[in-house]
Amino acid sequence: MTRSVVLFRDLLIPLLPLAAFLVNGLFGRWTREKAHWVSVPAVVLSFLLSLLVLKDVLSGVNTYASLYRWITVGAFDVSVGVMIDPLAAVMLIVVTSVSSLVHIYSIGYMRGDRGYARFFAYLSLFTFSMLMLVLSNNLLELFVFWEAVGLCSYLLIGHWYDRRSAADAATKAFVVNRIGDFGFGLGLLLIFVTLGTLDYQAVFLGAKAASNQTVDLLAPFGGKLEIGLVTLIALLLFTGAMGKSAQLPLHVWLPDAMEGPTPVSALIHAATMVTAGVYMVARMHPVFEISPAAMATVAVVGGGTALFAATIGLVQNDIKRVVAYSTVSQLGYMFLACGIGAYGIAVFHLMTHAFFKGLLFLGAGSVIHALSGEQDIRKMGGLRNKIPATYLTFLIGSLSLAGVPLFAGFFSKDEILTRAFFAGDLGLVLWGVALLGALMTAFYAFRLVYLVFHGETRLLPDAAHHVHESPPVMTVPLWILAVLAVFSGWVGIPLIAGGDKIGHFLEPVFAGVPHAVHGPLVLQGLIIASSVLVALLGIAIADKFYRTSRGLPDRLASAWPRLYSLFLNKWWFDEIYDWAIVRPTRRISESFLWKVADVRIIDAFVNGVGSVTQQAASSWRRIQTGFTQDYAMTLVLGLLAIVAVWLAAW
Amino acid sequence: MTIPLSWVLALSAVVFGIGVIGLLTRRNILILLMSLELILNAANINLVAFSHYLHSMRGNVIVVFTIAVAAAEAAVGLAILLSLFRNRRTVNLDEVREMKG
Repeated sequence: MTRSVVLFRDLLIPLLPLAAFLVNGLFGRWTREKAHWVSVPAVVLSFLLSLLVLKDVLSGVNTYASLYRWITVGAFDVSVGVMIDPLAAVMLIVVTSVSSLVHIYSIGYMRGDRGYARFFAYLSLFTFSMLMLVLSNNLLELFVFWEAVGLCSYLLIGHWYDRRSAADAATKAFVVNRIGDFGFGLGLLLIFVTLGTLDYQAVFLGAKAASNQTVDLLAPFGGKLEIGLVTLIALLLFTGAMGKSAQLPLHVWLPDAMEGPTPVSALIHAATMVTAGVYMVARMHPVFEISPAAMATVAVVGGGTALFAATIGLVQNDIKRVVAYSTVSQLGYMFLACGIGAYGIAVFHLMTHAFFKGLLFLGAGSVIHALSGEQDIRKMGGLRNKIPATYLTFLIGSLSLAGVPLFAGFFSKDEILTRAFFAGDLGLVLWGVALLGALMTAFYAFRLVYLVFHGETRLLPDAAHHVHESPPVMTVPLWILAVLAVFSGWVGIPLIAGGDKIGHFLEPVFAGVPHAVHGPLVLQGLIIASSVLVALLGIAIADKFYRTSRGLPDRLASAWPRLYSLFLNKWWFDEIYDWAIVRPTRRISESFLWKVADVRIIDAFVNGVGSVTQQAASSWRRIQTGFTQDYAMTLVLGLLAIVAVWLAAW
Repeated sequence: MTIPLSWVLALSAVVFGIGVIGLLTRRNILILLMSLELILNAANINLVAFSHYLHSMRGNVIVVFTIAVAAAEAAVGLAILLSLFRNRRTVNLDEVREMKG
């Protein structure tokens, strides 16, 4: 194939979903309940094309093309283009495969919804934006689609916009993301001002050259606070990643985003969009690599979030929220991996997580669907025999999440733990944190399994009548994801020679990264054994708590009421933000900005101009007599005056 | 014998003065329009005179334009006058004070 044909094929991958969006968005009135006939084929075709791209990249063919000169102002020169390297290829596969399955699943889940066509339109728009995000070849293009996926997230969280909670959650997601994006935007400006370019390769080179430069943060105020230029850039970029990938302290939007339809939670808030932050950090790794401080920050924030979100996940009662906090926690693991320089592993975990977390979300959706909208796990139980397909796939997803050997999540999470162990003192501490997090992960994953599917039923009587397995259009995607949640990890089996296929595949992207220090094989074996042990221990505890001695959780909760309430109330983050930011903002807005600045200053000025004009006009209008000859007289007097002045001067 | 420039300018000034006085003192709109015409033509006389005096055709050209514009202006003025008369049965400026502020 010639180069242009290849390029055309690559471009079709994002453009097909865009076309589906345009058709459903503009003609949704006509496509209606047939909207999926537009979106599903488009996205599935994208997936098939992505497989072709993967095949090319596997044989060593990368693509780099600038398609269109977008902005040229002085030194500022930005193109729209695509770049396909192994990292982008992995992302393409993850995004299109999960997106295809979610599209298919939605046919069943959203059937009969009022906004059916709108839902598919936004879902396709999201797929387009995410694909363009990973295909971008410069930072500004990345930023545009970074914002676009945020917009799609907002639109889809608020899909049921007539529900107050959904509208609020959508706004919250948008505002919190905005804080992160503000940092990201500042980072881009700083890169452009200091390095003069936004192209990836040029930025990497420039950052390397500027690695000794410092900036003085307090210079405008006469103070002095020096910080490395590259460190500052990396931290600002990471702020954006924290917002998009829901890391402490900007994680608050993700659990609330569960107000959206469940397929959206699976696609956007578990598998793809939230991983954009991880992708960005991996893509910009040459910048992060230069600054040890930024790397440490990434690692600590990731590790902290991994543990913190897991503690909340332990006690939540909403099935989707448990999975949501689990997502926050797993994203923390990915950043932890990035922070210790194990980008390949981070991307590997991103991939396995996309599959098993997408599976868990869709499984949770299937449960909710079976129970006609019930989300409280205290009102479930004993569903094992009633919805067997959902049960089995959910179990596979949970095993994968918990990190049971041979399941996908085991290989990726285990690699992160191993790499952390050998990454210096900080890495050792983070290893401990991550191991504790893994214990909790296994526990809450199986807490869900036991509470939802095992034991006697706690369903409300009229809900119990309607329990039904989901249609094949929903269970088939579950099975496919279940297969992926088992086998996708096998491409990264460590230790065995030739086992770490994905690591070798991604190696060209992360070529500049120093090689991992691996300890003796025995020690590695012990670390792996410890994480296996921790996973099984977590499952065993869950088994004890929710199957054999049922009263234990309540006794523990009443033994440590403060700790329980801290976890149940999500460490009071929402309340703290409400008290520290939302309320003061409202108070200042009302007492000063509204009643003083707006009413007393702006309104007063505008009204003042109006009334002065009016008063002046009411006295001056008398000179308009309406008698034409008065005007003529004025003209002649004026003429005489001019002549008189002229004569006097002469 | 040639007529000195000052004579022509004096004539123009006289015509202009008659026009202005007519404009300010008469009440009949028809007369006002005629007075306006006098003022305009006083200016035309000046232009022609200077054109002749300076041996340049520019003044004459401008005059041709002025006459054309004046014709149009007179047509508009007369049209307004006509419709005013149809509505009010008067051409007396004293009785028309619609534009009073």
